[in-house]
Amino acid sequence: MTRRKKMVERVTELMDRPERIRNIGIVAHIDHGKTTLSDNLLAGAGMISEELAGKQLFMDSDEEEQARGITIDASNVSMVHTYEGEEYLINMIDTPGHVDFGGDVTRAMRAVDGAVVVVDAVEGAMPQTETVLRQALKEGVRPVLFINKVDRLINELKVDQQEMQLRLAKVIDKINRLIKGMNEKMYNEGWKLDAAKGTVAFGSALYNWAVSVPYMQKSGVAFKEVYEKCHSGDMKWLARKSPLHAVLLDMVVKHLPNPIDAQRRRIPIIWHGDESTPEGRAMLSCDPEGPVALMITDISFDPHAGEVATGRLFAGTLRRGTECYVMGAAKRVNRLSQVGIFMGAERIEVEALPAGNIAAVIGLKDAIVGSTVTTLQEMTPFESLKHYSEPVMTVAVEAKSMKDLPKLVDVLRQVAKEDPTVQVSINEETGEHLISGMGELHLEIITGRIKRDKGVEIVTSPPIVVYRETVTGRAGPVEGKSPNRHNRFYIEVEPLEPAIVKLIQEGKVSMTQPALERRDVLVAGGMDKEEAKNVRAIEGTNMFIDMTKGIQYLNETMELILEGWREALAGGPLADEQVQNLKVRLVDVKLHEDAIHRGPAQVIPAVRSAVKAAMLMAGDSLLEPLQKIQITVPSEQMGAATSQIQGRRGQVYDMQSDGDMMTVVGRAPVAELFGFAGDLRSATEGRAMWSTEFAGFDLVPASIADDVVRSIRRRKGLKDQLPRPDDYLA
Amino acid sequence: MLTFVGLGLYDVRDISVKGLERVKNADIVYLESYTSRLMGTDRDGMERFFGQEIRVLSRDDVEQNPREILDHARSADVVFLTGGDPMVSTTHADLRLRAAAAGIETAIIHASSVASAVCGLSGLQNYRFGKSCSLPFPARGWFPTAPMETIACNLRLDLHTLVYLDIQEDRCMRIPEAIAIIEQMADRCGIDPPDSYIGIARAGSSHPCVVAGTGERLKAVDFGPPLHVLVVPAELHPMEREYMEVFAGL
Ligand SMILES: Nc1nc2c(ncn2[C@@H]2O[C@H](COP(=O)(O)OP(=O)(O)O)[C@@H](O)[C@H]2O)c(=O)[nH]1
Repeated sequence: MTRRKKMVERVTELMDRPERIRNIGIVAHIDHGKTTLSDNLLAGAGMISEELAGKQLFMDSDEEEQARGITIDASNVSMVHTYEGEEYLINMIDTPGHVDFGGDVTRAMRAVDGAVVVVDAVEGAMPQTETVLRQALKEGVRPVLFINKVDRLINELKVDQQEMQLRLAKVIDKINRLIKGMNEKMYNEGWKLDAAKGTVAFGSALYNWAVSVPYMQKSGVAFKEVYEKCHSGDMKWLARKSPLHAVLLDMVVKHLPNPIDAQRRRIPIIWHGDESTPEGRAMLSCDPEGPVALMITDISFDPHAGEVATGRLFAGTLRRGTECYVMGAAKRVNRLSQVGIFMGAERIEVEALPAGNIAAVIGLKDAIVGSTVTTLQEMTPFESLKHYSEPVMTVAVEAKSMKDLPKLVDVLRQVAKEDPTVQVSINEETGEHLISGMGELHLEIITGRIKRDKGVEIVTSPPIVVYRETVTGRAGPVEGKSPNRHNRFYIEVEPLEPAIVKLIQEGKVSMTQPALERRDVLVAGGMDKEEAKNVRAIEGTNMFIDMTKGIQYLNETMELILEGWREALAGGPLADEQVQNLKVRLVDVKLHEDAIHRGPAQVIPAVRSAVKAAMLMAGDSLLEPLQKIQITVPSEQMGAATSQIQGRRGQVYDMQSDGDMMTVVGRAPVAELFGFAGDLRSATEGRAMWSTEFAGFDLVPASIADDVVRSIRRRKGLKDQLPRPDDYLA
Repeated sequence: MLTFVGLGLYDVRDISVKGLERVKNADIVYLESYTSRLMGTDRDGMERFFGQEIRVLSRDDVEQNPREILDHARSADVVFLTGGDPMVSTTHADLRLRAAAAGIETAIIHASSVASAVCGLSGLQNYRFGKSCSLPFPARGWFPTAPMETIACNLRLDLHTLVYLDIQEDRCMRIPEAIAIIEQMADRCGIDPPDSYIGIARAGSSHPCVVAGTGERLKAVDFGPPLHVLVVPAELHPMEREYMEVFAGL
């Protein structure tokens, strides 16, 4: 039997034993060593080396297995690790490090039960460390800590052994303070990190060694040896005596929960359905006999197999031919044509895959990242994935050559499926398509991926800031007339209360939850009971409320009314930018007696115009996206750093010193941040460490609002003259 | 002055003599082409027959920008042509109201309408018709079931229902697909579809097609080119039945 075959056997045996499974993620601030750690773990556990070394071998000796369509997917990998004589299957899901990808991180967090938080020993906890840690705790994911780059403390900062241990203790303290602040209950119940208990490891991912208190007992390698061997440059010795993968994976097996324990605790956090239903009970107990409950975390495109959906299987068993439904999509059967699991970085096909595993399946045509998939006709979806960020910047892309036109459309659809934080708007008529993302860097990566991985040559426009519109007052009832004037819609608008907006953003209010539950949450959030009862639609953070009573034919017309409302939301009257935080109340309706005279061509424009006119009357205003900026610089550069924020219509609201370093925290509009990286670098002689994060939308200052509106209108080819309510109500 | 002139049912010769005189003497002649259509002629045919230039109006011209029509009507004799009778199954009441508001004198010259033609073609008595309804082509997010409810309501009161079939720029609904749509609506409402129908094609022409029977039967009939209308009859009176046996192959 080849080694490979043996490995397949070990993996497939473990997948049926949930108590032997760990589903984990590695999270870190950018550059703290996540990639290095993942690669070296995989190699150390014998998963990569075999694949690389063995490839040639099994290519000729085992063609049959090759023919089954084995492919590499770097974002999901698994490892087999032996701890105290027992084997364990460790599934690792990639969580992108840069906050520009906040959505990806959240998604991956939902699929894992534990996280290894990687922190650079020299830099300590950074802003994104805090962000990803917060996301982990929100999803009920248990953390352990790996303090990386300990070699740098010794070889670059030249600290002595005592100072080294002090510094490491300080990093642990900082992370513990964060955990306590984010979830005091879990902190007190054992999530507090404690080196003595073995929930912290120290080491060097690059040089392949690590130490932890429990492993010191086995290996005899303690801080003294670490210090001496780093000092004398013999880290090979450390890697031999106290190897990275052994220390890290021991910690994972010992301290991170298996799916059975994790699901019992996490399902109530990540799923808001009724726990007494068959699917609820099956998920709580990780039951392979129950209905299938699968949450999709990743979709990738395999040139041979096509679309591969990866996700966490919380209940049930997947087999080839299993008939599934994708919640929130068209009600049709999606039949699985292949069910797989990861071995190392490969996907291998299996007969049946039970609850508790990370599944890679083919055949879910309707799934997108974030979908809930089940064998039931109906099930409460996993809480819609919460994104901490919204797209703030857009680029237009065009295919360089005509022949790539159709391919580009396909590729853009793929991009949107793969990364839900990306918004793609496809215009097949003009061939100019828009991609919106989290920031300049994010868009560069996406367009780079289109060129490099997907092989489509594209031309991109300079990035454009995404604005929003909202109202600051109330107006109405405004009468919207259909073109034939036989249908009338009476509409009132006002800002949606901030508390309600928050409930929507947090996913606590949605149209997928039962009406009664929605009403109760809204009323508890301060909404009028009558309104809460009559919510007909939620789109983004906008709400449509039908306050009418007993109007004939209204029901069969409602979808058209909502369509008109959505069209108005897609582009407000001021600058044709998306509308947010708008509450629309329909207070009366007069309809033509005959269906033909109240069809789409009549109803949609009537409602659209009424909403737009009402918005103008209610003080339609422009909002711009802001980013939180955190800059860490040596004290003498602080002035240069703060002026980089203040010079950009920004505000500095916090400054902290840590030894000879200063951390400046502020906020500035995205519109002013073009070229920030370069300017900051030259202003601080390249010594600044910095990061940005989405910080919401805010009104464009009155002093420049007119100019901004005008320049957007010009760019979009709209009339210079602002529309008046009457233009919509003629 | 703005005069609404009905063109009647099928070709240029269905207009009334009064209407014809108005058209010939008008300064400007508009033709509304979206609520109904004369299948037996076209714009060229009308221009030749009336000896007048004809300006064809789209729905937008009438509903969104009626200013042009009204401006002309202030100082000139303007005729507004429609298929059938001008105020039946149209929304032109609005245009007449706007004209009145602008102080423009208006008039209507009637012509035959399919609403009355069905009586003669089918033998159904005009007194026994309930509410009529139109059957639209379903669109995205829009599948109204109101037509089926109207039919059911009329049947309960033992009244006939005249069902106008949708006319769009690029297609006209035909009887077999109309019956299929009605059956779908009945299914959605959870009620039984009607037992029988009378399909009428090309009313007003010299070769109309009138067939009565069950939905199954009518779905298989080739009624020929449009326009089509449909009637859902109530319980038939003996005279109605006899007429239908003779003239509609019942
Ligand atoms: N000295 C030292 N450098 C490291 C260590 N781990 C990673 N690095 C380096 O730090 C940089 C960033 O590492 P990478 O794994 O790409 O970080 P990521 O952005 O978190 O994935 C690379 O240049 C690595 O070689 C370590 O333990 N010691």
